[in-house]
Amino acid sequence: MRTRGWKMAITAVALATTAAACGGGDSGGVSNGDASSESGGSASNASAGDLLIWTGTGPQGEAIQQIAEGFGEENGVNVEVELIPGTDLQANFITASQGNNAPDVVFGAHDWIGNLVQNGSIDPIQLPATVKDDLQPKAVEAMTYNGQVYGMPFTFNNLVLYRNTALAPDAPATVEDMVAAGKALQADGKVAEVVAWPVGQTGNPYFIQPLYTAGGGYLFGTGTDGGLDKADVGVAKPEAVASYQKIGALGEKGENVLKRSISTDNHTALFTEGKSAYMVSGPWDLPTVDKAGIEYQISAIPGFAGGAPATPFITVDGTYVASKGKNKTLAQEFVTNYWSRSDIQTSYQEKAQVVPASQGVLEAIRGSQPRVAQSVDIGAANGQIMPSFPFMAGVFDSLGKAEAAVVSGADPAATIAGAATAIQDVAGG
Amino acid sequence: MLKIGALAVFAALAVWGALPLIRTQDWIGLAILVAVTVLAFYVYLSPRTIPLKYLLPGTLFLIVFQILPVIYTVNTAFTNFSDGHRGSKEEAVTAIESASVQQVPDSTIYTLTIATQGDPATGDIVFLLTDPSSNEMYAGTADGLRGLSADDVDRTATGKITAAGGYTVLNIQQASARQDDLNAFSVPTSQGAIKAQGLSQAFEGAPQQNYDANCDCVTDTVTGAVWTADDKNGAFVNDRGEALAQGWKVNVGFTNFTRVLTNDTIRDSFARIVIWNFAFAIIVVAINFALGLLVALALNNPLVKGKKIYRSLIILPYAMPAVAMYLVWREMFNTDFGLINRLLGTHINWFGGTATSMVAILLVQLWLGYNYMFLVITGALQSIPADLTEAAGVDGAKPFYAFRTITFPLLLVSLAPLLISSFAFNFNNFAAIFLVSRGGPFSPDNPSAGGTDLLITYTYRLAFGGGGADYGFAAAISVFIFLIVAVVSIVGFTRTRALEEVN
Repeated sequence: MRTRGWKMAITAVALATTAAACGGGDSGGVSNGDASSESGGSASNASAGDLLIWTGTGPQGEAIQQIAEGFGEENGVNVEVELIPGTDLQANFITASQGNNAPDVVFGAHDWIGNLVQNGSIDPIQLPATVKDDLQPKAVEAMTYNGQVYGMPFTFNNLVLYRNTALAPDAPATVEDMVAAGKALQADGKVAEVVAWPVGQTGNPYFIQPLYTAGGGYLFGTGTDGGLDKADVGVAKPEAVASYQKIGALGEKGENVLKRSISTDNHTALFTEGKSAYMVSGPWDLPTVDKAGIEYQISAIPGFAGGAPATPFITVDGTYVASKGKNKTLAQEFVTNYWSRSDIQTSYQEKAQVVPASQGVLEAIRGSQPRVAQSVDIGAANGQIMPSFPFMAGVFDSLGKAEAAVVSGADPAATIAGAATAIQDVAGG
Repeated sequence: MLKIGALAVFAALAVWGALPLIRTQDWIGLAILVAVTVLAFYVYLSPRTIPLKYLLPGTLFLIVFQILPVIYTVNTAFTNFSDGHRGSKEEAVTAIESASVQQVPDSTIYTLTIATQGDPATGDIVFLLTDPSSNEMYAGTADGLRGLSADDVDRTATGKITAAGGYTVLNIQQASARQDDLNAFSVPTSQGAIKAQGLSQAFEGAPQQNYDANCDCVTDTVTGAVWTADDKNGAFVNDRGEALAQGWKVNVGFTNFTRVLTNDTIRDSFARIVIWNFAFAIIVVAINFALGLLVALALNNPLVKGKKIYRSLIILPYAMPAVAMYLVWREMFNTDFGLINRLLGTHINWFGGTATSMVAILLVQLWLGYNYMFLVITGALQSIPADLTEAAGVDGAKPFYAFRTITFPLLLVSLAPLLISSFAFNFNNFAAIFLVSRGGPFSPDNPSAGGTDLLITYTYRLAFGGGGADYGFAAAISVFIFLIVAVVSIVGFTRTRALEEVN
C-alpha cells in the first residue's frame, strides 16, 4: 500500500506539471500573439513596454480602445485596453490601486477627481501650454482640484433645451413663455406633456440645477482662492427657498409641469415620440433625436422672467495618470502628448460622436455638426463646473430627495431646511 | 485513476495559485497554500485517513467561503477603512507630497531626452535637457545639472536632443524597461527637482507640502500651515480640526459599533425599518409559498391537460434576469405612463406613498418568486407516495382533510429548510428594494430613511451614499444584521426539528 501511494503521488505530480505547463504555454501563446499584432511583429521587447489602460464600456470605450492601440503601434510598445462597466470603474480602479494591480492610465468623469485624490490614486500632470491653450478654459478648470491639474479633458457636456420646431418654432425666452406655449399645445391635444424635464421619484439635482440657479439659488459659493468654498452652502440661504418655491409652483400641485413620473428613463422617448414639444437633456441625446427623424433645434435653457440666467452643470471626461501604475512615464506620455493631439481628438470625436473639449476640433466640426458646437457655446457661456468634492454623492442624495418632495407639493421652506442641514453635515465632515 | 487525475488538477491549480504569491512575496499565503496541498495529498493517498477524505473538501470550502469572509468583515468593523483611509500612513504621506508637487514659479519646462551613461539596461539615468527659449542644453544626473556644449550634441529642429557625446539615448522601449528607475529619478536643483513628464518633457517642481518625521506633521512651505498626525483617527489635522483628505487606515476599536447605536437617524428609524424588514421577508415567503402551493396542487391533479405547457409558462419569469425585470416593473408602475395605472384606469403614484409602494414591491416579488416555490413544491409533491392519500381516501377522509393532515405536513418537512433560506435571502434582498422603489418614499424631514427601506438598503445608503464608501461602518452594520439573521435561522431550524419529530 505504501509503495502504491508513492507511485500515485509521483504520477499525480507529473500530471500536474504537465497541466501547469500547458496552462503557462497557452497564456504565453496568447500574449505573444497580441504583442505581434499590436506592435507590427516586433514582439521582442513588448512585455516590458506594457501600457495598461482602463476605460468604461460602450461606444466611447470602444473608440478609446481603437485609438489607444495606435499609441502602441507608433511607439512599438504593447498597449492593452480593458473595458470595465462604467458603474464599477471608479471603485475597481481605487481597489486595484490599493492592491498593486492598478492600470497605468484611467479614463473617467471629472467629478471622480476628489475621491481619487483622497485615496491617492491619481497624480497631477503638467499639460503642455499648447494643449492647454486649445482646450475650453472651463474644461481645464474641471480637471483642476486643489490648484492642481489632474487630467487631460476630452469631452464637454451640459444640459440644453431641445424643441420640436414643428410644434414650437421659436426658442422660448423665459420659463414662463415655454410653459405657456407647452400648455397651449397640451390644450390643443398636440402634446401630452408641457416639457420632458426629468425629476424621478428621488429627484435629479443635475437636471434641476438650471432651474435652481435661474431662481437665484446656488450650490457652493466661491472661496478666496477662486475655487469652490465648501463652507459656503448655498442651499442654506434664503435664495434657495425662494428658488424652490418657484420650482414647487411648477410641480404636481401647481402647474403640473414638473412631475416625478418623468425621469431619465423616459424623457427622451417623450420627446422623440412627439409627446412633448420641449426636452431638457444633454448633447449625448443628439444622435438619438437625429435618428427619430423629427425637426428640432437646441437652445439655452431659459430662466424665469426677470430672474437670473439658468446655469447648467458642465461635466467633463478626462484621462488620468494612475499613482500606482507600473509605467508612469509612458502613461504621462500617453496622456499629455498622445491623447491630447488634435488628430487623435478629431478621430475620437468622429468615432465616439461626443462633444469635444478641444476648441480646435470644435471649430473643425462647426460646419458639419452645428448642434454639437451650439451645445458647447451654451455651456461655455452659461455653464458652471459640477463640483468634484468627494462628498458630492451625499449632497446630491439629500438635494434630490428634497427636490422630489417639493415637486410633489411639500412645503419648500421646511424641506430645503432639512436638506441644508444634511448637506452641511456631509460637507463639513 | 480518477483520484490521480483530480489530485493532479488540484496540484496544477496550486502551482498556478503559487505564482502570483511568489511574485508579490506573500510568504504566509504561500505557506498556507503548500500546507493545504500537502494535506490534501496526504489525506487522499494515505489509507489511514478515511473519515478525513469525506470531511476535507467540505471543511476547506467552509473555511474559504464562510469563515474567512466573516472574520474579514468583523476585522474591518474595527477599523476606519473607508475612502480616504485605505492604505498605510507611508502611502498617505507619499500621496500628500506627490499631490502637492507644483511647478517652481518662473521655471523652465525643458524638452527632454532620456539617456543613460553606458549600457541602456543598467547605466545610470541621465536627462538630456534643452531650454526651448534660450536653446541652452544640459545633462541632468542625480548630482545636478551640467551644461552641454552644442558641439557634442545632435538635435532636431524642435530642440530635442537625439545624440550626445558620452551618453546613450534610449528609445521608447528601452526607457519603458527602465520604468522603476525613472520613477525614482529626479535631477536636484536649488528650488526643487527636475522630473520627467512623459518621454519628451521635464519640469522643475517641488512638493508644496512636506512630511517631517520629527514633529510627525505635514507643513505647507508656502502658506506655513501645519497638520499634525492624529494616529487615533488616521489623518493629519490642523489646529482648527480640519483634516487633509489623504488619511490612512487605523484600528478604531468599537467606534463603528457605537456609531450604529448612537446615530440619531438610525435610532429614530431603526425600529420601523426592522419591523418592515421582517414583514417584508415573511410576507414574501408566505405569499410565494401560498400561490406556489395552489398552482402546484392544481397542476398536480391528473385531470388537468397540457400540464407541460402550463408548467413551462409558469417557470418563465423565473428564467428571466431579475435585475431587468425589476426595472421593467418599476416602469410599469409609473404614475402617468405605466401599464398598471392604464389598465386599472387609475392615477396612483405607486412609489409616492408608503403603503402603495409596499404593495407594488410585494407584487413584483410575488411575480418573480412564486414560480420557484411552484417548481420545488411540484417536485416535493411527486416524492410523496400516492398510496398514502389513497389509503386516507379508502379510510373515508375527504381530499382537503387528507391534504391537511398528510400531504401538507410531509411537504413542510422537506420544504422548511428552503423556507428558512428563502426568508434569509429576502431579509437581505437588496435588489428588490433598491431597483424598484429605491427605498422610497422619503419624508422631507428624514431623507436618509425611506418608507420601504430594508436594513440592507438603508445601511447601504448610510455607508456608501454620503462621502464615499465607508467599509468599516458598513462592516459594523453587517455584523448586526448577521446576528439578527443568525438568531432567526437558529430558531427556525430548531422548529424544523420539532416538525420532523412529529412525523
